Order: sequence, then C-alpha cells, then structure tokens
Amino acid sequence: MQENALRPVAIAGVAESDLGKVPGKTALELQAQAALGALADAGLKLSDVDGIFAHTDDRFSGALLAEFLGLHPRYVDSTNIGGMSNIAHIRHAMAAVSAGLCSVALITYGSTQASDGARALAKVVENPRTPRGQFVMPYGQLSPIGYYAMVAQLHRHRYGTTPRDLAEVALAARRWAALNPKAYRREPLTLDEVMQSPIVADPLRQRDCCLVTDGGGALVIVSAERAADLRKRPVIVRGIAETYAHHYTPFNTADWLETGVAATAQAALDMAGVTRADVDVVQIYDHFTIGVLQSLEELGFCKRGEAGAFVADGALGPGGRFPINTSGGGLSYGHPGMFGIFLVIEAVRQLRGECGDRQLPRHELALCHAPGLVFSCNTTMILGVQ
Amino acid sequence: MDASTRPLPVPTDLTLPFWQAAKAGRLDLQYCTDCAGFQFYPRPCCVRCGSTALQWRTSAGLGRIYTYTINHRAANPYMADKLPYAVAVVQLDEGPRMMGNLINTPLSEITIGLRVRTVFEPVSDDITLVHFEAEPATRQEQP
Repeated sequence: MQENALRPVAIAGVAESDLGKVPGKTALELQAQAALGALADAGLKLSDVDGIFAHTDDRFSGALLAEFLGLHPRYVDSTNIGGMSNIAHIRHAMAAVSAGLCSVALITYGSTQASDGARALAKVVENPRTPRGQFVMPYGQLSPIGYYAMVAQLHRHRYGTTPRDLAEVALAARRWAALNPKAYRREPLTLDEVMQSPIVADPLRQRDCCLVTDGGGALVIVSAERAADLRKRPVIVRGIAETYAHHYTPFNTADWLETGVAATAQAALDMAGVTRADVDVVQIYDHFTIGVLQSLEELGFCKRGEAGAFVADGALGPGGRFPINTSGGGLSYGHPGMFGIFLVIEAVRQLRGECGDRQLPRHELALCHAPGLVFSCNTTMILGVQ
Repeated sequence: MDASTRPLPVPTDLTLPFWQAAKAGRLDLQYCTDCAGFQFYPRPCCVRCGSTALQWRTSAGLGRIYTYTINHRAANPYMADKLPYAVAVVQLDEGPRMMGNLINTPLSEITIGLRVRTVFEPVSDDITLVHFEAEPATRQEQP
C-alpha cells in the first residue's frame, strides 16, 4: 500500500490529565481522565470510539484501557517505542482510519512515575539475556541519560558546545512554563541554579534533565471530513513520518550526531508539501537539553555545530528569535516518562489559538519532533489548520 | 559493595562463544566471510549483508574512545562505591563499537579519541567482563 493511499485525518480533541504529583490516581486512571477530556474537547461521546492506541508500562494497556472505559474497540495498538510512541500512534491511526479499520481513534498515555518514587522505566529489571542485559547493563550505564551525556561529550568535542549552551534550553523552558498555568515548575530558574545543579552523567547536570512527574494525555483522531463537523477547529495531520535505527544498544549507528532526524523530518515536510521556513510553531522533545540542540541541527533549523550559538541569549524563550516548546516542555511543564503526546497537545492548542499568555502570533503550521528510546527512532509530524 | 546487586550477563547459545573467549582473556568478534567485516554484539546474521556465514575471530583488543560519560550517580547499588566511574563506547580497530567501563585510567585523562586496550575482569565462575584502559602513553598518538 502506498503512503498516498492515506486519507487526511485531523486531531479533533486533546487533553491532559492532572499533572505533577497525583498520588491518588493510577496511570490507567490518568489515561481515562485525559481520554474523557479529549472526547469532550472534540464534542464526541465515549461510545463513538472504536479504535484505541494506548500504552503505559502495562504491556496490555490498549485492551486494559478499553475494558476500563467499557469499550469494545475494533482496533487496538499498544506500540511502545519510548517517548515518541504516541506520535507514531497518530500515523498508525491514520492508516487504520484510512483503511476503515476504525473511525474514531483514541490515543492515550499515562504514568505515575513521580508518585512511584523513581523513574518507572529504571525500575524495570532488565532480562540479563537480552542484548542490553548482556552488553550494556553490566557497565552501570545510566539510561537514557548516559547515552545523551555521551552525545553531549561528542558535541562538545566536535563543536565546542558548552554546559552554558545547554543551560539556555533549560532557562527558556522555564520562562515558557511561567506563562502556562498547567506547568508543574513555574518558579524562576537562574543560570547559576542550572550550572550549579549536581552532575548526573558528565556533562549533563540535574537541570539538563526533564522533570519526573505523574500525568496523562489523550488525543482524538478522526477523518478530516468528519472533523469538520465537530466542536473545535480541526487540526489536520499534513505530514508524518517515522524511522527506526536501533534499540538500546546503538553500537551500529555510525555517527551519534546524525541520528536519522533529517531524513524523518524531510519525509514529513515533503508529505505536507511545505518547507521549514513555513513552520510557525515548533515542538521538540526536550528529555535532555542536549537533545534539543541535536534536534535543532538535524532538523535543519540551524547548521551542524551551531546550535549553541543558535539558542544563545534566550532565543528559544518567550519573545526570542526561535520560540519553541511553549508549554514549558519536558524540562518545566512536566514529563511523565514519555512526552510525545504533550508536544502534540501544545501544538494543537497553539494552532487553535488557545494558548493565552504564551500564544505565538503566527500559528498556521506546526512541527512536532520526537525521538524514541536513545536516539533510536524518530517521528516528525506537520500539523496545519488549513 | 554488594556483589549480588551487580547486573551480570547470562549467555545464550548465540553469545556463549563470546563469553567463553572473555573467560580465556580474549575478545572474540563475529566476522562475516561474505562481506568481510566484523560486528558486535553477536547476531544470528550479518547486520550489513544478511549472510549467516559468520565465524568467530579474535580481536586485537585495541581501539579508541568514540565517546564516554563519567557517572556521578550509580546505575545500580553495586556501582555506588565506584562513583564517579567512566562508561565508554569504544571503536575497535576492527570496526565495531562496544561498551565497557574505562578503568585503571585517571578520569581527568579520559578524552574522545584516547587509545585504549581491553582489560578482563573475572566476576563469576562463568562470566568475565570486558573493560578498557588507556594504552601506555608511548603508544598514544593524536586522533
């Protein structure tokens, strides 16, 4: 089947659940809360849903969410490929809707990793017979931060990128979060606080890392035709691509600063028939500050090695030369383990003009980019309101 | 230090030759006789050409640091009293990259491009881990 057999779909509803520390709810309950919110946003009923795309750390999460909400979906997809999973779900939902396998796709995510006391993923006991169990785990590599610290070392070695450059990303995120009532960390953050936070995996410090929060999110996907009759202005998926390079042992990836982002982004832009210069709203997965620099370069928003200079002087923040991650991002809005769905929620709100104090003046076309695992796979999506 | 908390590999049929070689103080890698290249970690086929004509060959155990990090937080309780410790991805002279701890080397001397050689650490009756250390200074050259 050719990709041109895909029919246009729209994001008709978005919502997040309670965010931050939510000790009274499970990950499943957070997903359900977000799901009901997204359906209300779209003006659809629970009984309209016939496709579920869901994952928590429960391997049966799609079916579990269906049972929990009393649904009997015709199509379920629990693909889990790290932080980008929910954006990949949008592409999978696009295929399912195009093929008539479902008509109203509900995409959800939820996690209680903050209330659980540590990163849920870190608590997973790796099978010592897997490639990772045999050839990574014995060496005490922190994951995923260890890999991104290694990328930061490489970037520093090749281009002279400094911890100060990395700090700019964290500072911009906090300034956006201050404008977002839903963000978890809104108090001012200073350069000194970032630079004096403890080193976790050199050169990355605590403030180079995303937050650890509870939270959930949900999206409702329908055909563009159907979306036109729903409650909110439809946000059309104009272009979307996903690519895969490796899992948790990236030993065969030739250059850790050329991780397949460029090809993924180009495929999404080509599908949308637009260029980078057309994009008004940019949401880039900010698990670690270095990840944003790496993505900016590979996405082609600046040249290789120039991301440090590109982000200087508050360029990414409110009023800056290249505002991104207007929610406050994983660094300051919240990061319940996998952030992809929250990039999309913010992009949709920006395109609809719902963002209040943090609303960007131009908001016709958005780009969301997320990697999965440890620069293992990539998704880029172009959203538009035309 | 609690050795029981150390995550140790459990070999499979596919990887047993690697671990048996490590126990004997060798770094053995899979070599594809069809496309004439080495690979790591062990696979059922060549990841470049798909061939199953793989044989085990002994590496010289020499390479360069491709990249690294120095951990200031332990990934497991066993590593806690080793902090700070270095984890490196090493580009072997035969081509493949692999991970190891960089030991017997002052942390301040670690840099991308540093020439390293294998060090073998027996950790149980069956398992000997492969690590790396800086090659003697006389053999260092500019990367």
